[in-house]
Amino acid sequence: MRPFTYSRAQSAEAAVAAAGAALAEGAEGIEDSDGAGGAAGGPATLAATQFIAGGTTLLDLMKLDVMRPRRLIDLNALQAEYQQIRTDGQGLWLGALVRMSVAAEHAQIVQDYPVLAQSLQLAASPQLRNMATLGGNVLQRTRCNYFRDPSYAECNKRTPGSGCAAILGRNRKLAVLGVSEHCIAHYPGDLAQALVALEASVELYGRRGRRSLPLEELHRLPGSTPHLETVLGSDELIVGFRVPARAWTRRSLFLKIRDRSSYEFALSSAAVALDLSGGVVGEARIALGGVATKPWRAREAEVLLRGRALDEAQARAAAEAAFAAAVTHADNAFKPELGRRTLVRALLECAALPLQP
Amino acid sequence: MRRHRLGNVPRMDAPADPGPRGAAADSSAPTLALSLIVNGRRAHLTADARVTLLDLLRERLGLTGTKKGCDQGQCGACTVLIGGRRVLSCLTLAAAVREEVTTIEGLAGSDGPLHPMQQAFIDQDAFQCGYCTPGQILSAIACVREGHAHSDESIREWMSGNLCRCAAYPQIVAAIRQARGQLSR
Repeated sequence: MRPFTYSRAQSAEAAVAAAGAALAEGAEGIEDSDGAGGAAGGPATLAATQFIAGGTTLLDLMKLDVMRPRRLIDLNALQAEYQQIRTDGQGLWLGALVRMSVAAEHAQIVQDYPVLAQSLQLAASPQLRNMATLGGNVLQRTRCNYFRDPSYAECNKRTPGSGCAAILGRNRKLAVLGVSEHCIAHYPGDLAQALVALEASVELYGRRGRRSLPLEELHRLPGSTPHLETVLGSDELIVGFRVPARAWTRRSLFLKIRDRSSYEFALSSAAVALDLSGGVVGEARIALGGVATKPWRAREAEVLLRGRALDEAQARAAAEAAFAAAVTHADNAFKPELGRRTLVRALLECAALPLQP
Repeated sequence: MRRHRLGNVPRMDAPADPGPRGAAADSSAPTLALSLIVNGRRAHLTADARVTLLDLLRERLGLTGTKKGCDQGQCGACTVLIGGRRVLSCLTLAAAVREEVTTIEGLAGSDGPLHPMQQAFIDQDAFQCGYCTPGQILSAIACVREGHAHSDESIREWMSGNLCRCAAYPQIVAAIRQARGQLSR
């Protein structure tokens, strides 16, 4: 790790002010991973001042010399709202600093938002879930081996404009949806898809105050700017997530397909939620993971399920639509079919859940 | 050498040990005054802000029972308890620790009987090379306390964060089955 100063913020205001002050100074500057420098106020992932909560992504990437912040602001003492889980008839509030392990076993989340609980239970390991926060988990970065190894000079995400070593390299686990000629890095998380499927919104707080947006809009496609992963400003915190209670929320599940049965990232995953009555889908909500460059809302599939009886043939048609635009590379040509089968199985298992009406 | 005040942590008066050793020590890197409670004893140190809890335990406090397997959060050998919760010390900054730390050395008294989980690991032949074992034992204790050791299937799932290259897994499950009814601490 490169040297950094460490401080602990006692409030969100103090954290944001400290990050904002560093930006305004300009003197710290913002470096990309080869030290070429960039504009102050640039992408959050390249900022010289980083927030740290659980630290499980940040410290990992700092040890690999992929991320090189010069200043860490510890968020763990932030005020109550950031630490709370609250439910009412309208929905669920999840503070950004809630630990994954706590949310995973929260009785009301398990019962009323099962896809959320499952996405957390199936993620990482018990130790990591005790450390990692919901806000940090959503912001985790790709496991692409080329991104994670600075000895590969070609990584547009680490070093804008340098190329992509993965496209002609070993790319088995990388994305087939949302890719560009500049980047095929996968988004490896699970929770984000569960939140996207349930139409969660994310609250942000920065120097310019608070704003809320659909979580689906937080992450960006790589396009020609893979180093811009989210719409977050370098001074912005995630405050928490609001998950509405809708007709499809309770009948939901998370299916994770991977090389190992535990403690492994998804090769393919599906977060599905169904408003189902008499075997007919009122509404479906689908988000895919392990196969895309960002948490992937599969609207093309949802549309094919709406108003129809859900059987294997219809599920298969929806899955075909979800992956119709897939672009594969040398080692991941298997992924679209794996992704389709994952979605079909998730939909059928979700439809078969024995819920009380 | 710059010093950096750390919020509500008391400043140390005098270093308890001579300071960081080894080739990686960088005298220009920011340092912090740290105060931690480890196995019931308070330690005051100055350390580079980058020091992980794992390295602090091993290099500065001489508590080498906690092992460095991968140093990337992928093997679980570095598992310790912080505030009674199992965590990975290789991905924990020493500066960020706010609750009591329990390591493998903290389970049995210096001349006292072994912790039931330690004894169970011996009784059930639950280690070969022993390298993953301290992390396994602490993880196992937490697993039981969390209520996740009620069945073999649950034990396997909830212990999956601790890898064992010697593949002592079946015996580890057996050890946890043996000890789970005996944990009062």
